[in-house]
Amino acid sequence: MKAVITAVGCDRIGIIAGISKVLAEKNVNIMDITQTIMQEYFTMTMLVDISKASVQFNELKESIEEEGRELKISILIQREEIFKSMHRI
Amino acid sequence: MIDSNEIIETINMIEKQKLDIRTITMGISLYDCCSDDGNTARRKIYDKICRCAKNLVKVGNDIEAEYGIPIINKRISVTPISSIAESSGEKNYVEYAKTLDSAAKAVGVNFIGGFTALVHKGYTKGDYTLIDSIPEALNVTDRVCSSVNVATTRAGINMDAVAKLGEIIKRTANVSAGKDELACTKLVVFANAPEDNPFMAGAFHGVGEPECVINVGVSGPGTVKAALETAAGANFDTVADIIKKTAFKITRIGQLVALEASKRLNVPFGIVDLSLAPTNAVGDSIAHILEEMGIESCGAPGTTAALALLNDAVKKGGIMASSHVGGLSGAFIPVSEDSGMIEAVERGSLSLEKLEAMTCVCSVGLDMIAIPGDTPAETISAMIADEASIGVINNKTTAVRIIPAIGKKVGDYVEFGGLLGRAPVMAVSNFSSSKFIKRGGRIPAPIHSLKN
Repeated sequence: MKAVITAVGCDRIGIIAGISKVLAEKNVNIMDITQTIMQEYFTMTMLVDISKASVQFNELKESIEEEGRELKISILIQREEIFKSMHRI
Repeated sequence: MIDSNEIIETINMIEKQKLDIRTITMGISLYDCCSDDGNTARRKIYDKICRCAKNLVKVGNDIEAEYGIPIINKRISVTPISSIAESSGEKNYVEYAKTLDSAAKAVGVNFIGGFTALVHKGYTKGDYTLIDSIPEALNVTDRVCSSVNVATTRAGINMDAVAKLGEIIKRTANVSAGKDELACTKLVVFANAPEDNPFMAGAFHGVGEPECVINVGVSGPGTVKAALETAAGANFDTVADIIKKTAFKITRIGQLVALEASKRLNVPFGIVDLSLAPTNAVGDSIAHILEEMGIESCGAPGTTAALALLNDAVKKGGIMASSHVGGLSGAFIPVSEDSGMIEAVERGSLSLEKLEAMTCVCSVGLDMIAIPGDTPAETISAMIADEASIGVINNKTTAVRIIPAIGKKVGDYVEFGGLLGRAPVMAVSNFSSSKFIKRGGRIPAPIHSLKN
């Protein structure tokens, strides 16, 4: 079971570190990351494996969103099927 | 593994362009709730709805959280109550409406459709009683929606029912006057009503449907408009293609949510209804899509052609994206729920007559339109007859949901609030159709209904 984490906001030190820490704590494996910084704007998408997560989806979502509030960026976590279903025949 | 552009595109469609699942509707058969004792029937109805739908809202909320797609409404549709209540021999079915209302509140859905009668060929006793109960039923309940099917391509048009429904609409408006005629927003008169429509107010669980089913209505006029903005000046081939591709993406989300809801609720998946349904939120307007195509103001010449292209492209794109497409599936034109339509009426570019032409090429019909409060019942009936004819001859669904604004005239507004918006009172012809409607009887089915 995979999910996509999307983070958007002003670049600062510690964004990827902050998110990775939460994921590691919850036993979520990072499978792929892409990230760009345009001027000061930071956009990151991360594909993660939540099949062995130590918490339910809702709790994982809350932890990620909490991290987003601390880093002052917007973070979304969504199950990957929503993207696959829309963009693949 | 990840295509960030696709991910950003999906997120933009949801966050900025107002893509959403407009409704998850659970259809529930009430055939096993019939009883010759009304109280027994109503208890069975209440219990069955509460049992089948108890997790509907929670599952909807869970799916919304996990997939990040707003699921705006969770709703229920039931077997036409005229069939269920008839065995009880009661003279009035308002208590059945109250039961539906309580059940809807108990499970947390915002509307329950199915206070319905199918009279395209004629009335049964139950049909007659139900139709007569409609004004009071809609006035004393909050969440119940009602519909009456007065015509089909196979059966022709029941003009007795058409005459009756004009009166019923006036009575419904009068009985809820002062509450901004909210009751009329919950009543639809149909031709060729679909049995699996998930949208209100016309949703009911048809006769051929199974015990319980999940139908999903998607929506996303904003995403179509945004896609078209990238192609300013492009020819119609390109425009149709852009709309098709966008409709595909929108419908895929509907299919995903429908299958997931069906799995979690352990209820079979019925259909995805790929309708572009506007709301009065900014950026969620069908009229604005038509204007983006190059019409200065919705209702000007070219509007019908633009809408025809839109409606067709939506269907073509969506069909590939879902295993079962049904319901109304097309573009909706509810005037009061579309900020662009309201502006067009205010500017004077959109008239009732033009809306009637537009109903020939899209879903629904004359929907959410306020008319002067003194419009005679026969004129309303004649409007229903016109819409029914369009549906019957063209083998499509048409409907009428109009609101006589009691005490108001052209230039005034009816304020419904929330998703239902506000409706400018539109002008209706002053010439009489009374002798036409008084004839009664049935308009026979058209020749092309004989398909065998």
